[in-house]
Amino acid sequence: MKRNFRPLASSLVMTSTWPVFIDAGVAACGLAIFFTIVHMGAYWMQAPIPVVPISHSIRALPAYAAYSVVRIAIAYLLSLVFAISYGYLAAYNPRVEAWMIAALDILQSIPVLSFLPPVVLAMVALIPGHQLGIELGVILLIFTGQVWNLAFSFYTSLKTIPREMLEAASIFRYSAWQRFWQLEMPYATIGLVWNSIVSVAGGWFALIACEMFTMGDRSFQLPGLGSYLQTAASSGDVRALFFGIATVILIVVATDQLLWRPLIAWSDKFKFEQVESDERIVSPILELLRRSPILQSAPRRIWTSIEEPIFRRFAAAHRNEPTHPLDENISREPSLRLWILAVAVAAAVGWGAWQGLLLLRGISWADLRLLLAGAAATFLRVNASLLISALWTIPVGVAIGFNPRLARFVQPVAQILASVPATAFFPILLIGLVKLGGGLGIGSVALMLLGTQWYILFNVIAGAMSIPSDLREAASLYKFTRWQRWTTLILPGIFPYLITGMVTASGGAWNASVFAEYSHLGNRTLSTIGLGAQIDAATDRGQFPLLLLATILISLMVVSMNRLVWRRLYRLAETRFKLDA
Amino acid sequence: MLPLAQSKLHFFSLLSSWGYPMSNSVISTVRTIPESAAPETLQPIIRAERIEKYYAQPSQNRIQVISPTDLSIVPGEILALLGPSGSGKSTMLRMLSGLSRPSAGQVYWHGRPIAESAINVSIVFQSFALFPWLTVQENVEAPLRARGLDADERRERSLRMLDTVGLDGFEAAYPKELSGGMRQRVGFARALVVEPEVLFMDEPFSALDVLTAENLRSELLELWSRKTMPTKAVFLVTHNIEEAVLLADRIIVLGRNPGHIRTDFRVQLAHPRDRKSEPFTQLVDYIYKVLTRPEVAPLAAPDQSTGKPPRDQRQMHYQMLPHARPGGVAGLLELLIDKGGKDDIYRLADDLAFEIDDLLPIVDAAQLLGFLIVEEGDAAITPSGTAFANSEILRQKELFRAAALEHVLLLRQIRRALETKNDHTVPEEFFLDMLDEQFSEDESLRQVETAVNWGRYAELFDFDAARRRFILPEEPEPAVPIEDAE
Ligand SMILES: Nc1ncnc2c1ncn2[C@@H]1O[C@H](COP(=O)(O)OP(=O)(O)OP(=O)(O)O)[C@@H](O)[C@H]1O
Ligand SMILES: [Mg+2]
Repeated sequence: MKRNFRPLASSLVMTSTWPVFIDAGVAACGLAIFFTIVHMGAYWMQAPIPVVPISHSIRALPAYAAYSVVRIAIAYLLSLVFAISYGYLAAYNPRVEAWMIAALDILQSIPVLSFLPPVVLAMVALIPGHQLGIELGVILLIFTGQVWNLAFSFYTSLKTIPREMLEAASIFRYSAWQRFWQLEMPYATIGLVWNSIVSVAGGWFALIACEMFTMGDRSFQLPGLGSYLQTAASSGDVRALFFGIATVILIVVATDQLLWRPLIAWSDKFKFEQVESDERIVSPILELLRRSPILQSAPRRIWTSIEEPIFRRFAAAHRNEPTHPLDENISREPSLRLWILAVAVAAAVGWGAWQGLLLLRGISWADLRLLLAGAAATFLRVNASLLISALWTIPVGVAIGFNPRLARFVQPVAQILASVPATAFFPILLIGLVKLGGGLGIGSVALMLLGTQWYILFNVIAGAMSIPSDLREAASLYKFTRWQRWTTLILPGIFPYLITGMVTASGGAWNASVFAEYSHLGNRTLSTIGLGAQIDAATDRGQFPLLLLATILISLMVVSMNRLVWRRLYRLAETRFKLDA
Repeated sequence: MLPLAQSKLHFFSLLSSWGYPMSNSVISTVRTIPESAAPETLQPIIRAERIEKYYAQPSQNRIQVISPTDLSIVPGEILALLGPSGSGKSTMLRMLSGLSRPSAGQVYWHGRPIAESAINVSIVFQSFALFPWLTVQENVEAPLRARGLDADERRERSLRMLDTVGLDGFEAAYPKELSGGMRQRVGFARALVVEPEVLFMDEPFSALDVLTAENLRSELLELWSRKTMPTKAVFLVTHNIEEAVLLADRIIVLGRNPGHIRTDFRVQLAHPRDRKSEPFTQLVDYIYKVLTRPEVAPLAAPDQSTGKPPRDQRQMHYQMLPHARPGGVAGLLELLIDKGGKDDIYRLADDLAFEIDDLLPIVDAAQLLGFLIVEEGDAAITPSGTAFANSEILRQKELFRAAALEHVLLLRQIRRALETKNDHTVPEEFFLDMLDEQFSEDESLRQVETAVNWGRYAELFDFDAARRRFILPEEPEPAVPIEDAE
């Protein structure tokens, strides 16, 4: 095997074999990034303008798209850093592990949108005098919609690293730094990539809903695609609405093609399996990047020259350290300081919770009854939407899954559709509903469906594809009736996948309820009875006690649904219906 | 299995150079070895003093996995730890290597507590534990990087190591592109590249197929005996009795519930060790008995001095005839040709819906006849094998006859005896007596049975089952081997 060891400085110039358009492309990217940073910086640092006027012009769309994309990107990067730190802390600190994971579980179940008002108010107060305050409020909100599943994924990856790999790292005396880059990060990469896709989709969902909102007597409206869609809908500008939605879809598809697919294809090398699988996701973009020598060698060289000294320093720092036993006993008596800290935290939390409960005193019995009725209505609606989704996606998904050629085409499309934020379509549906004269009661179910059915569809397709063909052949060999085929082969086969899809869809539906049950269209307010509507109404009127109670209710319902129903079904799926041994 | 034969000579000469008594006079004792049994002047590298291990149980208080145990690893020895599943072999290995802290007792590294020493050991894992996202070379370089070596030195040392374990040219491959045997070679390279003082191995060969395991074992012995690695001691966990007796200088057998040492003795068989020799089989039987009767206190290990001196390598002795039918060999070769001439043995067994144990004799037979070669768990057909498989039935018999006479001593002897004798018959007993020297009685009978099978097919001779005599067929075939098809 021939190896080239070229010196860093001279080689790239001498071996310029890549096409010119790549140079031009790289330069253009650089310029664009520079311009965006300068522009965003100026915008953020200006005095706050809560209601930025939104133009209907299609020419304004690229700028709005850029604002929204930057918000998503920042929120995502924050999420990633936070998720990795959180997962790392939880995985390696048994003292707080159980608490941190329970917190994750609950935070994941709370509908983010009901946090909008307090978060924005807090950020505005924290960064007064700049637009950055409002912006950060919105970004933080998107962040809370993205971060939990990433953190959970990273944590789970760390906890499932095979013991012998950790032992190898330990016996070969890896520094924490080397362990992180050569074991933990690679092991977690695939999970992080897939969860990033889900996260960013969730980010779009939240972004479009929260770029524009009213809170008591204060209105906020930030330049971006969400505001554009909502104002277009309010003024009945169907053309603008159409172009706005097209832009959203374009961005989602472009992200999929330019970012996720190359990332998935690249992350294939982190697959922890013993044999090479023949099924691979291919990405032309990644192939192009791989073929371009400058993009291959330059970053690697720069990276090497940065990381070598770091590795060296970490190695030197722990050169004479003994091996750390992996089962180091952590249950030594906690120090006094830790006790004091724990007591202080507990006291603070207790006081805060008490204050929160005091807020609830102001709620009348009538309000409470309304809230409970709303909870019931929303509960029914969420489950109705799940049921409808399941009813149509199971037959369709199985039919597609059993036809590999069709599946190869439909699967990615379903995945993209699931990433298109349903919130973008709400305005159009609303206009339709108003025209047809239907109420939001039924309409909101349609709105939930819009967001949730795709998750179930692509999971069912995956499930059907995973049913081994020999089992299917056996079924036809023994001349199973259609009923037998479904009950003994297909339904058990797709069950685990179906449950996975339904859990995700259920979370999405609860989240969507906040948006779907209550809407402004122009100066009309459409609403129906439901917890989501009550959350929105409370936000509009600035009734924090009601908002708090409604949020608590909705969280309670989601958490108990997860614990009592989904988790059990999931366990059942894991144990009884697993096809691979 | 050529490498084994080569390495045996090295190992033999080196053992004596370490100052091991090569006379067979030392008798092992049970449970405790007086320190003097080990070569004096040697301080243990690792010494465990009354180490115990408990695991916390959610239901009960805790379960004891290892009861208080003393154990030392001294330079110059391969120490094998045997025991039933769940007896705590891996737990013991982890405590001795510093990966796991004993619940009580202390492990010392050159006299200092191991928890305070920078130790230099490596582990070879049963599951290989390679990082799939790193190339072979990066995997081997990783431990060097952890020690702060610069890029050039890392590259140089890792390439040299890969060369040593026979992976030259594979440095840019990823582990999942390699066969199991090659992956474990990477495991060895990674373990040895840091030049460990003690090499720990936790069932390193048990994830591999029989032939690959045999190859790797002999290569390991060769590395160890040639002192190509500065490793001073090897600690091997295994559940394979023969493997332990084949490799180890000292064997410890663990018992269960909780783990404790049941017997601890030296193996004084000279290398190369002959699996068929009396002392070898006696030792294997002895360990087998200890393992299968956990309630009986073990006797002393058998005296290993009664054995004959190791067989002269040049002395002719019978190969073990694999119990396979010629038709099976032809079938296997035809399948191999369909597969492009080469395939993984396990995959072949799968395709044939054979148990691997049923396929192996056929593979061995084909290999013995020179029709195929086995490498890294892959069977590859040879030119003569191709010629054999592609011929029609009569020609096949001729080719088989030629191969059998060339490669199989027993068939050659039977044929020659028949030709020499006037009446052209020889009693079965004549050959049984010769075979009995080497095989058990039952095995000798099976050997003859297989020889008859092959001989009849090749029309070399016939067998009169009533009179138990070999006879030359009516029309004697030419005894000279027919020229191989190109
Ligand atoms: N982390 C742990 N927690 C609880 N029990 C454990 C743990 N690790 C090992 N054990 C128990 O300790 C005992 C010994 O385990 P160990 O892996 O050392 O056995 P072994 O001799 O290596 O077995 P095998 O031949 O199967 O590899 C087993 O009964 C096992 O169940
Ligand atoms: Mg074990």
